[in-house]
Amino acid sequence: AGAMVVNADLRRERAAATFQPELLTHILDGGAERTRRRKEIEALVINDPDFQHEDLNFLSRSQRYEQAIRKSSLMVMKLREYGIADPDEIFWFKSFVHRGRPQPLDLHLGMFLPTLLTQATPEQQDRFFMPAWNLEIIGTYAQTEMGHGTHIRGLETTATYDPATQEFILNSPTVTSIKWWPGGLGKTSNHAIVLAQLYTQGQCKGLHAFIVPIRQMGTHEPLPGITVGDIGPKFGYDEMDNGYLKMDNFRIPRENMLMKYAQVEPDGTYVKPLSDKLTYGTMVFIRALIVGDSAHSLSRACTIAIRYSAVRHQSELKPGEPEPQILDYQTQQYKLFPLLATAYAFHFVGAYIKGTYHCISGDISEGDLSELPELHALTAGLKAFTSWTANAGIEECRMACGGHGYSRCSGIPDIYVTFTPSCTYEGENTVMMLQTARFLVKSYTQVSSGQQVTGMVSYLNDLCRQRIQPQHVAARTTTVRINDPASLVDAYKARAARLVEAAAKNLQAEQDHRRSKEDAWNRTSVDLVRASEAHCHYVVVKLFTAKLSEISNAAVRAVLTELCLLYALYGISKNTGDFLQAGILTDAQVTQVNQRVKELLAIIRPNAVALVDSFDFHDVTLGSVLGRYDGNIYENMFEWAKKSPLNKTEVHESFHKHLKPMQAKL
Amino acid sequence: RVNPDIASERQTASFCVETLTAVLDGGVERTRSRRAVVEAIESDPVFSRENQYFQSQNERYEAAVRKAVHLQKKMREMGWSEDGPEYKYIYRALAGDVAFLLHRIFVRSISMLGSDKQVAKWIPLATQYQLIGSYGQTELGHGTYLQGLETTAVFDVTTQEFILNTPKISAMKWWPGDMGRSATHTVAFAQLYIHGQCYGVHPFIVQIRSLRDHSLCPGVTAGDIGPKMSFEHTDNGYLLLQNVRVPRENMLSKFCEVQPDGTYVRLGSQQINYFTMTAVRISLISDEVIIPLMKACTIAVRYSVVRRQSKLKPGEEEAKILDYQTQQEKLLPQLAAAYAFHFISDYLQELFDKSYTEIQRKNFNTLPELHAFSSGFKALVTQYCTSAVEICLRACGGHGYSLLSGLPSLYTKILASCIYEGENTILLLQTARFLTKCFSAAHAGQPVPPSVMYLAAGKPGTCPARNKLDFLRPDIYTEAYQHTAVRLISSTAAKLQDLIQSGVQEHDAWNQCTVQLAQAAKAHCHYITVKNFAETVEKLETKAGIQKIMKHLCDLFALHGIFSNSGVFLHDGYISGAQMDMVTASYLDLLAIVRKDAVPLVDAFDFTDKSLNSALGSYDGQVYQRLYEWAQKSPTNTQMSPAYERYLKPLLHNSLSKL
Repeated sequence: AGAMVVNADLRRERAAATFQPELLTHILDGGAERTRRRKEIEALVINDPDFQHEDLNFLSRSQRYEQAIRKSSLMVMKLREYGIADPDEIFWFKSFVHRGRPQPLDLHLGMFLPTLLTQATPEQQDRFFMPAWNLEIIGTYAQTEMGHGTHIRGLETTATYDPATQEFILNSPTVTSIKWWPGGLGKTSNHAIVLAQLYTQGQCKGLHAFIVPIRQMGTHEPLPGITVGDIGPKFGYDEMDNGYLKMDNFRIPRENMLMKYAQVEPDGTYVKPLSDKLTYGTMVFIRALIVGDSAHSLSRACTIAIRYSAVRHQSELKPGEPEPQILDYQTQQYKLFPLLATAYAFHFVGAYIKGTYHCISGDISEGDLSELPELHALTAGLKAFTSWTANAGIEECRMACGGHGYSRCSGIPDIYVTFTPSCTYEGENTVMMLQTARFLVKSYTQVSSGQQVTGMVSYLNDLCRQRIQPQHVAARTTTVRINDPASLVDAYKARAARLVEAAAKNLQAEQDHRRSKEDAWNRTSVDLVRASEAHCHYVVVKLFTAKLSEISNAAVRAVLTELCLLYALYGISKNTGDFLQAGILTDAQVTQVNQRVKELLAIIRPNAVALVDSFDFHDVTLGSVLGRYDGNIYENMFEWAKKSPLNKTEVHESFHKHLKPMQAKL
Repeated sequence: RVNPDIASERQTASFCVETLTAVLDGGVERTRSRRAVVEAIESDPVFSRENQYFQSQNERYEAAVRKAVHLQKKMREMGWSEDGPEYKYIYRALAGDVAFLLHRIFVRSISMLGSDKQVAKWIPLATQYQLIGSYGQTELGHGTYLQGLETTAVFDVTTQEFILNTPKISAMKWWPGDMGRSATHTVAFAQLYIHGQCYGVHPFIVQIRSLRDHSLCPGVTAGDIGPKMSFEHTDNGYLLLQNVRVPRENMLSKFCEVQPDGTYVRLGSQQINYFTMTAVRISLISDEVIIPLMKACTIAVRYSVVRRQSKLKPGEEEAKILDYQTQQEKLLPQLAAAYAFHFISDYLQELFDKSYTEIQRKNFNTLPELHAFSSGFKALVTQYCTSAVEICLRACGGHGYSLLSGLPSLYTKILASCIYEGENTILLLQTARFLTKCFSAAHAGQPVPPSVMYLAAGKPGTCPARNKLDFLRPDIYTEAYQHTAVRLISSTAAKLQDLIQSGVQEHDAWNQCTVQLAQAAKAHCHYITVKNFAETVEKLETKAGIQKIMKHLCDLFALHGIFSNSGVFLHDGYISGAQMDMVTASYLDLLAIVRKDAVPLVDAFDFTDKSLNSALGSYDGQVYQRLYEWAQKSPTNTQMSPAYERYLKPLLHNSLSKL
């Protein structure tokens, strides 16, 4: 390979770094060996000519779908050919093939197959699993309906058992009951796991899952009684055929209900499942993935914005001097560095949840569900907290790239549209925050009645002690040390405790006004969401701080400590109201915090490029002209633009069709 | 047939919707005239936006050109003119989805910057569309910072020509609309060189495409810059110039001229240039920013009374999502902001008109204030409205992400407004510069413009509110905003002063204070917005319930601002912790009050279904039927994709299942 000429600004930036980016990469990957393996798989995909294609920005939606299908088919075959079976390695492989974008087989691989494994009986697995594994059956998971999303109990699709024929009759009785949004449903799948209200012996037994064939094997035409199609263009997700599905008296055999837990016997007798908490496990897992994706997507956006800001020169700082790198402007650092710190923070949170999930999932398979409620409550809130923050952060990165950020060649619009739906799917964020709040209020109530609580909410125990010694809160004021992460964790803890207490008290007051419980809950929900946010914020600061002590390399620890401080102090400066009102910080301390944030910006500045290099995104994965590793942006923007579909001909056809006739007439 | 869930919302309106619409339009007559224009445009099938969401970039561009050409015909038929009162309404009806918008800027720049002779030559050609213009300012390497432009225009005395060059890749013109495919001419901004000396950036008329066959002129390389987040209909372009020669007469020379021997002569003040920029910023606030927010609110609020989800009380029907406090807290402050910014836009227009009268009399005194205001408000309003539209999008759950909801395209378009016509951070810093200057002047006893006189009156104190109802008094909350603005401006000015006195060089000191300066500028604009809203409410007619509902919205806007920036108000103890709880209580109470009128409040914006172009936001509330019908029209359903035959079929092993 020819020597890559790296832009001089970036060379200088990299030379000035105080730490070795590779070491930090290893920490992010979870070890040097994992970094090596990740890069090995990356090379396998990126150097494979089968996975090359034209820049997706220039393709129509239909073409992008086609490319995605082509690559997915190859991917499945190659994964087996290479014998890659470890879930993390499959995830890497898939991300490299699809460059972080969704693909039509996501639901087949991520939901259909796992659901068969966890909810099908051995007999059902015999029938469905191998055909699905061999892609004779391509399935999706059809839960959401046009009229119902997060509140799944409200789903309207019905499955009525007919003992005479031993079949279920599936119906979409209203427009709102049409299945809407499932990925891969529109054009790709020939089967779907459909969630429907089960009716047997005249009674509704709630939601259950059914395997429903939707397209004819061989011809791929929709089966009689099935109306299926694509829901049309969206904000992103061009390569995904999110679909609709309408069923009219569509019959499936009794054996197609997933019956590992609940069952319908041939005569229609319904047998209840043992526990309904089991489905929590999958939800927790997927939410953990979203936390990781928040970190990943924000890291990509930060990489692009920070490299671009090191290469872009604009305006003047000192009269008469050359134009400075825009990364030297305080306002630019203030936009980007807190986001960089956030990306690191979320990365460690994601790793923590994943680790905890794996610990707990061992217990779950042994029937011990005791730790599930807290983890479920915690991941709900963290999913919302991290995805909201990352969503806004990606947009800030784009805006920080000025006009060029708006061009699709920057790659940030694509990151944004691919990421933003995660604020809504797998549980709408506000609803998630309220789930966490419910757990927090419950814990608070336990503490109030004299019980101790454990885990991440154990700080609520302190509230009791404070009531005994009221001077404690006042004494806390001067004890916050703004350069000590541990002390900042305490400050966040105090804020969370105060907001949880305030929300719980307001809730109680509303209930005392003789309102119904639900009404009171609704009238307190803004407070409750704030409490959840504060709790999640505390958890993030705590986990980031905890991570620091695990890092052995002094240079890396130093720079991560600076980022951790920035994350914590910036969070305070953006929420000073909470800290002031609770008496956790004084006016003077808030002023110090604001000042310290700006000092940290200057301290982090020399390492900014190395810190994004540590994320170790290959240019192909990054998919950005502005964020190229070599920083040669302008010539490559020009090359990119020449490929635009509008440039296919020198004179556009609309000249002959519209412009010329007009000029002749006027 | 109107969905009963939305019909019932309209029956309980506390005010007359039609009256409020007239208030927003500026009178009954204007409402009538707007509706007539909208009707004429929307009833013409050429202007239809029905298939917009399914079209490729090429198709969108072609449609925009077709509409622009057809619009010329339509305008002649209807007797509308480019600078007549109708143009605003035409633009609203087309939702900006039309070509030649930069052609208008081309025309305007020649009128503003050209000599009488140049105006006489070029304007008739342009208005007759004998040529199509663009406006070539931004380069690949430079945007808001104009002095940094790298394109050069070297005067050649022997041939009496300017030789234009884009000497390096970063100098090429990049982003100008209409340039990629349509334009035959452009006003190119370049560094003027005479006899080796640089005279700074000047505008030159440059022909880039043949008038005969539209091919590129010698020395010119131009094309489309490729796909963007939005603006698919616009051919934003690039332009490379290699020794392109234009006659001496092509430099726009109202303010400066190059004489045949190369003598450079200034003619009058350039200050008027600022005036053009302010005009553009003020009109973009109303046309490009507030209208999209109003549309987004309309869609999200209507959808939120049709969408039912989960239960508020066991055994009851599922609740409208707008009945959830969290949903109200997302949407209603954005609705209040749409009104607040509508009124501030009226205020800016008034300020502009006054200033214009003064300038006609050669009095430029009002310019600095106008410039600072238009910059600061452009930044505040675009940023606020952009995030407000995104909140609306995300408040519509999954369906918000469908292009058919109309929200993604509103969002991707409005967010460009944070960048164009001046990057927001830079604009805020310009306003901050004006404010710190005025602050020092006011304290030195020198005269300052009336709008910033409050800076002199800043005094320490505390908020006098005693209960939550006190926070529904405009004098109480306006005073709180004023106090905060003064505190932020004065503390930043003091810090700047300290740094300079401690020996830090002025530009370094400035850079070290920029985060605070930007915050101070925002606080100033926020204060003026609240104050103006409160004053507008006072002047509103008391009948028809208009004043009452506008008062609620004003209170909501003001208290939402305090609630969401509580730290700034708590910081020096102006508002105490206990008072902040009162603010929160009043704020949450207001949500429930405004909730009742939410649908009438968006109805008053008076958008037709066609202009909303949203499956979720139509007047009749038939959300689900429409979503289903529109989805079926998607080309993904109506056209065959080769994916099945080529990839899926082999993948599926083609074996008939035994299932």
